[in-house]
Amino acid sequence: MNGRYLLRKVTQAIVTIVAIVLLMFLLFRIMPGSPDRAVKRPNITIEQVQALKAQLGLDKPLVPDQLVTYVRSTLSGDLGYSFKFRGQPVTEVVADAIGPTVLLIGLGELIAIVVGLALGSLSGWRRGGLVDRVGNGVSLILYSMPYFVIGMPMIIIFAAGLHWFPTSGMTTSGGSSDAVSQLVDLGSHLVLPLVAVSLGLIGGYSILMRSSILETRAEDYITTARAKGLPDRRVLWTHAFPNALLPMVTWIAISLGYVIAGAITLEVVFNWPGIGTLTVEALDSRDYPLLQGIFLLIAVSVVVANLIADLVYGLLDPRVHA
Amino acid sequence: MTEQPIPAMLPLSPADIRGRRQWPLPKLADPNAPLLEVRDLKTHFRLGRAWVRAVDGVSFGLADGEALGIAGESACGKTTTALSMVQLLPGNGKIRGGSVELFGIDLVQKSERAMQRYRWREISMVFQGAMNALNPVIRVRDQIAEPIQYRLDQPEGAARQRAIDLLDMVGIPRKRADAYPHELSGGMRQRAMIAMALACDPAIVIGDEPTTALDVMVQAQILDLLERLRRDLGLSLILITHDLSVLAETCDRVLVMYAGRVAEEGPVRRIFTAPRHPYTRKLVGSFPNLHTDRRSLAVIQGQPPDLLTPPPGCRFAPRCDFAMPVCTEVVPPEVRFSDGVRVACHLFPTSDIATVGGSTLEGSTLGDMTQR
Repeated sequence: MNGRYLLRKVTQAIVTIVAIVLLMFLLFRIMPGSPDRAVKRPNITIEQVQALKAQLGLDKPLVPDQLVTYVRSTLSGDLGYSFKFRGQPVTEVVADAIGPTVLLIGLGELIAIVVGLALGSLSGWRRGGLVDRVGNGVSLILYSMPYFVIGMPMIIIFAAGLHWFPTSGMTTSGGSSDAVSQLVDLGSHLVLPLVAVSLGLIGGYSILMRSSILETRAEDYITTARAKGLPDRRVLWTHAFPNALLPMVTWIAISLGYVIAGAITLEVVFNWPGIGTLTVEALDSRDYPLLQGIFLLIAVSVVVANLIADLVYGLLDPRVHA
Repeated sequence: MTEQPIPAMLPLSPADIRGRRQWPLPKLADPNAPLLEVRDLKTHFRLGRAWVRAVDGVSFGLADGEALGIAGESACGKTTTALSMVQLLPGNGKIRGGSVELFGIDLVQKSERAMQRYRWREISMVFQGAMNALNPVIRVRDQIAEPIQYRLDQPEGAARQRAIDLLDMVGIPRKRADAYPHELSGGMRQRAMIAMALACDPAIVIGDEPTTALDVMVQAQILDLLERLRRDLGLSLILITHDLSVLAETCDRVLVMYAGRVAEEGPVRRIFTAPRHPYTRKLVGSFPNLHTDRRSLAVIQGQPPDLLTPPPGCRFAPRCDFAMPVCTEVVPPEVRFSDGVRVACHLFPTSDIATVGGSTLEGSTLGDMTQR
C-alpha cells in the first residue's frame, strides 16, 4: 500500500460525506411537517408563527441562505436541538447513546467475527465433515433468525424464568456506587443481549467464510502447500485463510458500519439505551433534528468503516495498488 | 527397466548422487534399492457410483540422476500419475492398486500423516503456471523458506538465507527475493517455483508442464536452467508435458501414455527416431519438423476413449490404422526390445522379440511415417 492509494481513498471518503450532508439537507426539507408547525398551539397567532420562523431562519430562501447556515453549523458540530429531550443539543443526546451501542454491538461483532470466521473456515475445509454438517446447519438457522426471535426466548428463559440475568436495561437504578459492583451490574445486564447479537451475526459470517474457503481450497497454491508436506492445519491457517479472508473484509466493513447504527430490534427488545432505541424514540415523537443527527452519524460511520476496510484490504493483499 | 544406461554427459554417478544428499535417506529406505519403481499403478476417480479409470496399470522406473519424460495428449493420465506418487489426488481420486516404491518403500501404503514426511523432502513438484501455484499474499522468499523451516527444522533466519541463495541459483537477483509473486514476470515466477522445488534437496523433482504457460524464449531459458541444475546437482527429474520438443531436449527416456496406460517407453532417441507403437508414431508425426515438408503434419483422427467404460482390448484400437480383430478384445501385453524400448501393441507379438532387430523395424516404421 502506498501514499497515493491512501490519499485517494481518504478523498473518496470525504467526498462521500459531503454528498451525504447535502442529501440530508434535501431529505429533511422534503419530509412533511416543519418546526413552526411542531410548536403550534390552538391559541397561537400568525404573528407569533412568523416571529418563530424568523428566529429559526425559516423565512429565508432554501438556497443559498438555509443551506449555508446548515452546512456551516453542521461542520462546526452544531446539529441543533432535540424536541423530545427538552431542547438538549442533539450532539449531547446522540453522544450519550453511542457508548452503550458501541459496547454491545462492537463486542458482539468482535465475538461473531472470531467465532464465525473460525467456524466457517473449519466447515469449508472439511466439507461434509462433522463440523460442517452441524456448524453449517446451525449457521443457516441463526442467519435466518431476526434478533428479536433470538432475544425474546432468551429473556423468557434466562431472565424471567431462571432469574439468572436482568430482563432489560443496562444498569439497575439506585444500585451501589462503588466501581466493582457497578461493573458486575453492567456485566450481568450485558450477557443476554451480547449473546443474542453474537449469535445473530455468527451465522452470516460463518456461511460466507465457508464458501470463501471452499473456493480458496481449490486453488493451485493450496495443492502446492500440501505438496510441500505441510501439516493440514498450517495449510489451512497460513495459506488458505489469509486468501479466503480477502473477500470477507468488505462484508465485515459493511457490518461494522452498523455498529454505530445499532441493531434496532435487539436494542428495543432488551431496552438497551443505545442508538437503536434512540432512533425509535426520535421517530415516535417526530424529533427531526435528533433523527437528522442520528442519520448523519450512521452515514459517516458507514463511510469511515468502508475507508478502514479499504486500508485493511491494502495491508492484507499485496496486489492492491494505486 | 533397470538396464537403462545413464547418459555419459552426466558427471555424477548414481552413487555420487546419493552420496551428495544433504539429508539422510528415509529411515526405512534400502540404500541399494532403485530410486523409484512404479508398478501397475491404478488411480481411478469416483463419478457417482462408477469409477473413471484415469490411470490403469502404469509401470515405470526412475534411476538416480535420470530424466524421464511422460508424454501424451490431454487427459491421458500424466498429471494423475504424478499426483498419485505423492497422494495429492482430488477428493474423488483413489489409488486402487499397484505400488510406488521410493528407495524400496511403498508410498501407496502410507497414511496421510506419514506421507507428509515424503512430500517435498523426497519428491517435490514444479507446477504449471506458477502464478496460480504460488500463494499471492506471501513473499516468494518466505514461500521457499517455509518447507526449509518446517520440514527440515531449520531456524527462520537460516531458512530465509537458503531461500535467497536458491533464488540466486535459479537466476533471481537477491534484491528481488522479497517480491510478491505478482511482482515477478512469468519466467521469474517459474524460476522461483523451481527454487522452491529444490528447497529440501529432494531425491526427485516432478515438473508438471513446467514450461507450458511460457513463451518460447522463456521456455528455452527454463529448460536450460533445469538442464544445468540436473547436471550440477544430479537431480532426478520427471517431466510431464504434451510438448514432445521439450522432452527431446531434456530427457533421457520417454514414457508415452495413452488413455491411462503406457503405450511405449524407451530411450529418447529411439522413441523419436524409431517409434513403434502406432500412437507414438502419430504423436511424433504430428509435431512439426524443420527438415520435412511442413504441410505433411499427421493428424490423429477421433477422440480418446471414455475412461468410464474403456474399450476392452487396446484403448487405442478405435483410432488405430493397424487395428486387428484381436486389438478390440485382448489387452496388448508389453513387449521389451533389446534397444531398451517396451511397447504395448499387438503388432509386436511376444514371440517375435528375439527376431526383432532394431534396424529392419526402424526402416519400416520410418517408411510408414514418411508416407503419411
